[in-house]
Amino acid sequence: MPVIKVRDLKTIFGEKVVHDGLNLTINEGEIYGLLGPSGCGKTTLLREMVMLEAISHGSIEILGKKIESISAKDAQNLKQNWGVLFQFGALFSSLSLRDNIALPLVEYTDLSKSMIDEIVDFKIKIVGLKPQDSELFPSQISGGMKKKAGLARALAMDPKLLFLDEPTSGLDPISAREFDALILKLRSMLGLTIVMVSHDLQSIYDTLDRVAIIDEKKIAYEGSIQDVKTSKSKFVQTFFK
Amino acid sequence: MQNKLKATEEGEELFLHFFEKLTLYDITTLEHLISKYFAKNISQVVLDLEKVEYIDTAFGIFLLKIEEHFQQRGVTTTFLCDNISINSTLELVRRQKRKREEGGHPLVKKPFSENFFSMINDISVGIVSFLTFFGQLIMTQLYYLKSFKNIRYKEIAFEINESAIRAIGIVSLTSFLIGLVVAYQSAYQLKSYGANIFIVDMLGISILRELAPLITAIVIAGRSGSAFTAQIGAMKITQEIDAMKSMGFDPFAFLVLPRIIALMITLPILIFIADMMGMFGGMLVSNLDLGISTQLFLDRFREVVDVKHFYIGILKGPFFAFLIASIGIYRGLSVKDDTQSIGFNTTKSVVESIFAVIVCDALFSIIFTNLGI
Repeated sequence: MPVIKVRDLKTIFGEKVVHDGLNLTINEGEIYGLLGPSGCGKTTLLREMVMLEAISHGSIEILGKKIESISAKDAQNLKQNWGVLFQFGALFSSLSLRDNIALPLVEYTDLSKSMIDEIVDFKIKIVGLKPQDSELFPSQISGGMKKKAGLARALAMDPKLLFLDEPTSGLDPISAREFDALILKLRSMLGLTIVMVSHDLQSIYDTLDRVAIIDEKKIAYEGSIQDVKTSKSKFVQTFFK
Repeated sequence: MQNKLKATEEGEELFLHFFEKLTLYDITTLEHLISKYFAKNISQVVLDLEKVEYIDTAFGIFLLKIEEHFQQRGVTTTFLCDNISINSTLELVRRQKRKREEGGHPLVKKPFSENFFSMINDISVGIVSFLTFFGQLIMTQLYYLKSFKNIRYKEIAFEINESAIRAIGIVSLTSFLIGLVVAYQSAYQLKSYGANIFIVDMLGISILRELAPLITAIVIAGRSGSAFTAQIGAMKITQEIDAMKSMGFDPFAFLVLPRIIALMITLPILIFIADMMGMFGGMLVSNLDLGISTQLFLDRFREVVDVKHFYIGILKGPFFAFLIASIGIYRGLSVKDDTQSIGFNTTKSVVESIFAVIVCDALFSIIFTNLGI
């Protein structure tokens, strides 16, 4: 069942055309990768999906809602059904890790303090942070921990859909492989659908089920990672040598 | 929400039948319903999840919490469920919980004395770090000023434009208005004694000696001091300063000295402009309100206002400039790598530099009075 459908998408920044007639489909339970050379608009596409960037033409449908014509109320609901992990975690620097993760729960639900604490402890544990770390502030922790905490915050509301922007960039190879394993584990445990932008070749081979390669403003290839070499795109030929 | 839970009691046995999709939005309502049974005399609880379509992990945590509650009261609990995904969610939650109990150390709150002494430590570290900054500043200054070719003229010129030329408008307007206000207020008093002409003495001394330097310094502290902190703070967050250091560029030579030198050159000039504008404001009011003609005002001015008042006002400029620039930059360099601390340090920089300027002005007052100048 498709979770995300992008149809005939066109993105224009001023004079510059970023996407022109881009189509892709992401199914439930998949780990789907957006790949392509720098500046091809992967992150822009991700930002359009999570409504941070307006769409020029075309349509994006997420969880059955067309986001170019969505009502404010539906948009609010939709935003509680997905989690986003930004490249550098984007944790709120005035809040401790615990408060960062608890924030969506505090804002959107009427749960008691002790219940929220239990849920936050669980999320901290599940992404592989230690309970003692939860009182630290974002400026006191390493980049890898920031990503894990950002992931825990993205998972706070038990979303079905998770967006990751370069989840392994800036991590050492060991942490990056651990992060890949974590993503696979979370997918199987929580039944997530994951959309990610990545440049990390190892991570691409290890985690992704299907990929879309954006090149020349369009999708140059969409399909399983094994068949990627059949694509004629110049980028694919050099990237997956 | 009532239809998500049906509770039936049979003697000492309690059946909790759950229905539909259960997520974290349902927890609070169900918690209220179930907590009624905690106190009752029950020996066995059956949690029936057979008709449930889906639970999320938060609800899983909630179910285990209920189980724990009952077990603490010596009640046996059983789960009825054959849905694989629900069972795996429960199993996942249970596993993490067990791990937590084994692994985690409980957080210990720090005692008051520790907090108190760490606060004192923070303060003394702050003082030491400001002194370190000062020492470093003086040393770099000595080192770089040994030779004229070490001075970064381009950066200094840039800073002069940024923090002085662009400030001429606001400084002139402020001091013009201050001159106007002071003249207007005293005109009223002087008129009642028939001492109209003394307004020239009064304005001349107060504006040249005190008001113009102080007003200029305060405007510049608010304008350039805060800008220095924010610029340098942002550079620190984006690691630009680390990058400069790693390339062997001394941030003191590139960022700190040009700003300080630029401000020390320009503040006296701004004070001079403020003098003129302030006197112009005063002259306008004297003309309109007290009937003192421009010619008479200027003659009297030349006669009674000693040139030393002007020099004292100008002399304060470089001192104020040094304080404003060095506090602004010090605050910028003490920004930590989170966005909040830029705002915090900018506020501090403005408050501290205005305070320092006023203290410095008071010291000058005492010194000059004692010297009889």
